[in-house]
Amino acid sequence: MRDPGEVAVAVSGLRMRYGANDVLHGVDFQAGRGEVVCLLGPNGAGKTTTIEILEGFRMRSAGEVRVLGTDPAHGGEDWRARLGVVLQSWRDHGKWRVRELLAHLGRYYEPYSTEAVARPWDPDELIEAVGLTEHAGRKIKTLSGGQRRRLDVAIGIVGRPELLFLDEPTAGFDPEARREFHDLVHRLADDRTTVLLTTHDLDEAEKLADRILILNGGRIIADGSADELSRRIAGEAEVRWTVGGSRFVHSTTEATKFVHELFKQYGEAVGDLEVRRASLEDTYMTLVRRAETDGETELGLIEAGAR
Amino acid sequence: MTTNVKASALRAGVNRGLIEFRQSWTNVDDALGQVIFMLLFLGTVFFMRNAQLPGTSVSLGATTVPGILGAGIVFNGLQGAAGYLTIDREDGTLLRAKATPNGMLGYLVGKIVSLSLGQVISVLVVLIPCQFLFPALAPDGVWSYLHFAWVLAIGMVASMPIGAAIGSLISNPRSVGLVVLPIMGLGAISGIFYPITALPVWVQDIAQVFPMYWLGLGMRAALLPDSAVAIEIAQSWRTLPTLGVLVAWSVLGLALAPVLLRRMARRESGSSVAARRERAMQRVG
Repeated sequence: MRDPGEVAVAVSGLRMRYGANDVLHGVDFQAGRGEVVCLLGPNGAGKTTTIEILEGFRMRSAGEVRVLGTDPAHGGEDWRARLGVVLQSWRDHGKWRVRELLAHLGRYYEPYSTEAVARPWDPDELIEAVGLTEHAGRKIKTLSGGQRRRLDVAIGIVGRPELLFLDEPTAGFDPEARREFHDLVHRLADDRTTVLLTTHDLDEAEKLADRILILNGGRIIADGSADELSRRIAGEAEVRWTVGGSRFVHSTTEATKFVHELFKQYGEAVGDLEVRRASLEDTYMTLVRRAETDGETELGLIEAGAR
Repeated sequence: MTTNVKASALRAGVNRGLIEFRQSWTNVDDALGQVIFMLLFLGTVFFMRNAQLPGTSVSLGATTVPGILGAGIVFNGLQGAAGYLTIDREDGTLLRAKATPNGMLGYLVGKIVSLSLGQVISVLVVLIPCQFLFPALAPDGVWSYLHFAWVLAIGMVASMPIGAAIGSLISNPRSVGLVVLPIMGLGAISGIFYPITALPVWVQDIAQVFPMYWLGLGMRAALLPDSAVAIEIAQSWRTLPTLGVLVAWSVLGLALAPVLLRRMARRESGSSVAARRERAMQRVG
């Protein structure tokens, strides 16, 4: 359930500098309670740095950051208990068994249980929710890549977090596991969990996210739902038609007007008319390419246009 | 609220330590390593059982047992703590702990519990069979064992925090070998396998700076008959100096370890784990 009135994450003027190298140049965005926000961007755009600052794992150089009302640079253990972090894992706790580890990690959340939210998540229910029931007794190092990733997600949500960070959660999933994972994220969002995820899978972003942020070169170059992005920013639709047996293709930002002109000119001679709005992938590629070729002023304009 | 939270994390830490300790004996590779080491050692002292310490009537095998126990405490304490810490850092276990509320506290308590249990058990599995092999060991009964217990306790406190401090300075698990080699070297000059008084005085002086010599001495004082003191420096068990040196190393370790551990934990993040993974993959490839 979205409730943008209640802010879970607020970032303004976030800057990060390593030595003489600026990685983030003033990032601004907000995420409401229960919102699923997806951070997209090419490698090196600053996604991981941004997420790590929000998680409290990295100190920022400048800017205002509030995560669940607290500055992550000074977030205590009580604050930590309200977050869930799904890391890009490797092979930790390989000798532990699935259920054993989830039950153990759950213990740390016991003192944070409230009337409204019972913490931690019951290990057996949690294992079922991520589809690992038949592997509950297995040693973690014997799990496949996809099973391991599901366990990572389970660890991230064992404390029933208010805010969940997912860093490329479905890398290595087969289509079915991916579908199940998407259902799980929707269920979490229904329970008013805010989800902030990074991914390279544009299809996934389109399916999951209420809102998409595109980060490039240390700046947010677009902010909106997948629909809004394709309409407002790229705005280019592809119009295909035939006249007298010849095929034509034209890209335009004003498809309706163009089609109207087309009919005025040729009337009934126009055949096989097709208008295709840009997919998220087209939008993304256009935006990133534009941001990379154009200068800073142009970037500012695009950003303003996104609002 | 806060005390409740900390108490809960302490309990979780003890739970963690017990699980890890059990794993070290149910995991075939780990358990096999421990058993092989034990068999090799017991085999060695078995063949030494009839040799005599030069100039005394004490069995050479019997004098080697306490020395090995003392050296083992230092070796396991340093290498165990340093090794686990670097491995847990590389594979992301520490980051996991950092992402969990009070997880670092739980992690540390867990490591102390599992390492201490491991130390006590590995000392006992050597001592108990040796007790049958060499009836001369622990001549004063309960008093010998009490003496043994405090040397063991202070030995663990003198070695594990130093190991943790060293481990938090090493980022690559393969570099732990650089720690192991000097410890092996110390083993050679600390009178573990042969009386230290047979070595040049300047070597004896170096050995007496480090805890290994003193733990060996402390264990011999606890477990050997008094006549064996003849081969020690100044023909004395030097109980108070033993305690003093080991306490000094404990204080040093307990002062350094929290500072270095905190510094190391602060630097952990997803990308630092990912960077180490990249490096490790390159080594594998």
